Amino acid sequence: MKISDIFKNGIIKQNPIFVQLIGMCSVLAVSSSLKNSVTMAIAVIGVLVLSNIVISMLRKVTPEKIRIPIFIVVIATFVTLVEMLMKAFMQPMYQALGIFIPLIVVNCIILARAEAFASKNSVFKSALDGVAMGLGYGIAITILGTIREIIGSGSLWGIQLFGEGFQPAALFVAPPGAFILLGILIAIFRTVVVKRFSE
Amino acid sequence: MNIINIIIANVFINNYVFSRFLGTCPFLGVSNKMETATGMGVAVTFVTTLASVITFIIQKLILETAHIEYLQTIVFILVIASLVQFVELVLKKTSPALYNAMGVYLPLITTNCIVLGVAILNIQEKYNILETAASAFSAALGFSLALVLMASVREKLEIAEIHESLEGFPLTLIAAGLMSIAFAGFSGLM
Repeated sequence: MKISDIFKNGIIKQNPIFVQLIGMCSVLAVSSSLKNSVTMAIAVIGVLVLSNIVISMLRKVTPEKIRIPIFIVVIATFVTLVEMLMKAFMQPMYQALGIFIPLIVVNCIILARAEAFASKNSVFKSALDGVAMGLGYGIAITILGTIREIIGSGSLWGIQLFGEGFQPAALFVAPPGAFILLGILIAIFRTVVVKRFSE
Repeated sequence: MNIINIIIANVFINNYVFSRFLGTCPFLGVSNKMETATGMGVAVTFVTTLASVITFIIQKLILETAHIEYLQTIVFILVIASLVQFVELVLKKTSPALYNAMGVYLPLITTNCIVLGVAILNIQEKYNILETAASAFSAALGFSLALVLMASVREKLEIAEIHESLEGFPLTLIAAGLMSIAFAGFSGLM
């Protein structure tokens, strides 16, 4: 598999959010503002790349039968690391993301990549796959976060964009907006982007 | 009184799927048929309640007495993963009928974020053991309610004529959004 294929796969053809529809809990929950979305994306990319590297290193010594518990321990270790770092250096963000930081452990994307890619490929390729899949996740959550923040609160990265006359549609920062917007985005992504690249 | 409040809040007002976004993956994955939705609902309710009580005991007896609370995530996910395996084994041996009904859903539950999410939230809310059990049970009940409601909507959508770009998940997500608006109406209940 070529390097460009790994990236095309992670970002477009097998985009975890828009195509595979896995790991959506945090995407829906955290994307109410752009800042939260980007932080979450960085946390997920970090855990994904590091766990892919370690799992790939361990692939020859991991017994087949207990591989899933081993993967979970590796992933949980990195999640705890991220959690402690954020608690120490980014207290407000840690509060804002709340429960969704420890829940990176059960983000299906990470376990799926460990099982489908990292346990079968070299360390270098697994790291790249982690970056590609993480970017696919990051792009999805960033797009959703941008749209929700602009429409729902009339600001971007916390900066007000419109004058005082602007009435934000609060529905879009509330849970229903997240579901509806993600549904529309998936439909657009499928018809426009995936079709173009599969030709 | 507090327990009744917790139950009403978890099932309706702060429904775990519609307002806290936990368990969206299985919610979208297995809500296409009524039969699978009820099976998954029963399995999740059983495991979540059991897992929350066990993790609560472990948190109090081991993590807090030894001052290693930072290991919470690792310990909890391991407990849940082994509990799921254990429940699967016990059911297989003791009750084949029940195993047939919920056996296939059990392995999926480890990565259902409701189980871990509720366990962590219960500790954060500083619930006692009774409240923990009530909170876990009602959270899973709310999840099952969402699953069953969604399944009945999706069975109707199967036969509807939809534009091809919206078929499947996009329309399901939009329907979930509309349902979430309906659930937001419960917020005045308490």
